[in-house]
Amino acid sequence: MHELAITQGIVDVCQEHARGRRVLEVVLEIGELAGVVPESVEFCFSAVTSGTLLDGARLVIQRIPGRGRCVDCRAEFGRSTYFDPCPECGGYQVEVLAGEELRVKELDLDEEEDRS
Amino acid sequence: MCITCGCETTGQEHGHQHRHDDGTVHSHVHSHEQGHVHGHEHGHEHGHEHGHEHGHEHGHEHGHEHEHGDASVSRARMTVETDILARNDRLAAANRAIFAQHGIFVLNLVSSPGSGKTTLLERTLKDLAGRFRCAVIEGDQQTDNDAVRIAATGVPVRQINTGTGCHLDAHMVRHALDHFDLHQLDLLLIENVGNLVCPASFDLGEHHKAVVLSVTEGEDKPLKYPQMFHAADVMLLNKVDLLPHVEFSVERCLEMARRVRPDATIFQVSARSGAGMDAWYEWLAAGVAGARNAVKKG
Repeated sequence: MHELAITQGIVDVCQEHARGRRVLEVVLEIGELAGVVPESVEFCFSAVTSGTLLDGARLVIQRIPGRGRCVDCRAEFGRSTYFDPCPECGGYQVEVLAGEELRVKELDLDEEEDRS
Repeated sequence: MCITCGCETTGQEHGHQHRHDDGTVHSHVHSHEQGHVHGHEHGHEHGHEHGHEHGHEHGHEHGHEHEHGDASVSRARMTVETDILARNDRLAAANRAIFAQHGIFVLNLVSSPGSGKTTLLERTLKDLAGRFRCAVIEGDQQTDNDAVRIAATGVPVRQINTGTGCHLDAHMVRHALDHFDLHQLDLLLIENVGNLVCPASFDLGEHHKAVVLSVTEGEDKPLKYPQMFHAADVMLLNKVDLLPHVEFSVERCLEMARRVRPDATIFQVSARSGAGMDAWYEWLAAGVAGARNAVKKG
């Protein structure tokens, strides 16, 4: 359950940026290859945010599909695992172009309630 | 870099840094409210001639008020684009700098419980005694059993108990480092919590993640836990002395490992019989020499 630590990381990032303002919505980007289960993050979120500036905030998770580029034939393709071969040449030397994201993308903040 | 903003409820925040002729640097954050045209001037020209650093905060935060239908709150959307693991990554970078400064070669050993990590460490430490100055950080949820085993080899060891935590993080490692004389170390081996999932995401500042897989486990573990086998650029296939007694195809296992991590450095070893350990030691020796030489050059 490293999603608990990941979710704590989310709260840390949000609090750093919110600087005392209440967080109404958090938009996350979680890549398909990031090794994080969105449902687990959702599960942890309410527990971890309780009593913080994020208490009651809406959590929006945007999934980023995995993409790779074959090192041998340079073909680009969708890749949802680390072991799918290149569909063009069958090679496994694949550079990850997208899908490893684990980011807080945006926050909605309550400007009225400035506690800083 | 300022982003043009102006969508209905968005308030973009920007960080600015200015460098003045005298070398002083100012940073400040400001935000633009809806419809705010970007072209403001910050009239702080400082003609002072002094060398000390100072940082004053300019309160360029423009609060804004909008009507939101029946909602009484004023929402501001902020672009954050920050990695969730940014804090761990920062601390890992700091650890990496400490290791580089002292010329210490560092490995993060990961595996499922029971793969023989601790036995592999014991054997390695005994065989390398006198050749390198080693230390070990032991990560387990509970008990210091492993640290006791390592201490018996005469090597400095620090146990980290993560409690319910399923992985070590860079912060824990940083504190463990306080217990070693870093000037007296060549090789630091960090035995992570036995878990093939969670430790994959947490950089500790190591040179290499080395995954240990034993032949008493499934040969398809690289595909079952691709995150870890992709993150680890070194793999030790352990307990090869048991191959005659188990159904395990080394060929199939290595093929799957290479699918997930084509450039992996792979060792086939038995910590019990000593088979294959010399190649592992030579690889460690090259790493230790590399870390040491990097300090001399730097």
